[in-house]
Amino acid sequence: MMFRVHVRVTPRPGLLDPQGTAVEHALHALGFAGVGGVRVGRAVDFALEAADEAAANADATRMCERLLANPVTETFTVAVES
Amino acid sequence: MRIAVIRFPGTNCETETIEAVRRAGGAAQLIDYRETSLGGCDGVILPGGFSYGDYLRSGAIARFAPVMQPIKALADTGGIVIGICNGFQVLCEAHLLPGALLHNAAQRFSSRPVDIRIERADLAVTREFAEGECIRIPQAHGEGRYVADAETVAALEADRHVVLRYVSVPGSDMPHNPNGSVADIAGICNPAGNVIGFMPHPERLADPVLGSDAGHRFFTSLVQAGAVEMTG
Repeated sequence: MMFRVHVRVTPRPGLLDPQGTAVEHALHALGFAGVGGVRVGRAVDFALEAADEAAANADATRMCERLLANPVTETFTVAVES
Repeated sequence: MRIAVIRFPGTNCETETIEAVRRAGGAAQLIDYRETSLGGCDGVILPGGFSYGDYLRSGAIARFAPVMQPIKALADTGGIVIGICNGFQVLCEAHLLPGALLHNAAQRFSSRPVDIRIERADLAVTREFAEGECIRIPQAHGEGRYVADAETVAALEADRHVVLRYVSVPGSDMPHNPNGSVADIAGICNPAGNVIGFMPHPERLADPVLGSDAGHRFFTSLVQAGAVEMTG
């Protein structure tokens, strides 16, 4: 079966995220005064052939652990849709 | 010792790195990232640059290049493996060194001289220095903020695995800790001391014609380390 996988990688909580801080300052400058806690991460979307949704999920998780995220500095979530 | 200087797509410091080794009286040879052997070399330098365009994370894709297999094997058997700048990032991604290098705290590329202190003078690239000696060499990186969890940093300090540290020299106009690295760390080594990674670029200041050759001794140290290894 073909699945669409959406991986979301974000800086670990507590880790300084200078990109997030810069974006937050820019949003404040634009008048969005209520914004706080901005974190900038990355999204990786791809198609994946797998036996079933559980297999697709397991595959994508292994990809995150090996390449797409660095466990030292990042956390990730995987969402699979058919 | 013959040094393999590795070139990935996007590496850009290989020529001056080879030149710096040769100036110090050593032998160095360019090795392509697709190679599965080190061509008889028994030491490695992963030079600076932007392997794979720094895509995903700096060093993250280079880690899986074919040449990393013989490099890992060399590192595991006590061979000398040095990572400069992007090479340091690759070594962290490859788990040959702990921690990671993130965007500079100021979110700007930092290209300037830095003052660093030699914290260990008994390693392959520092044996020609005195412990505690401070030198000024260039750095040039966007992702040089060393981070690791608190236990890892405590272990690095307790076990003396911090090799180079950013310092403020009295009267200097250089900024202290130019990238926000934890504990002012500029370079570290593995427990055996044979794998060493650091952000500054000694190969860019290894010839007196540039006004200083403050980085030259990294390479005479390396050549000396090889000679000692061969005779001892």
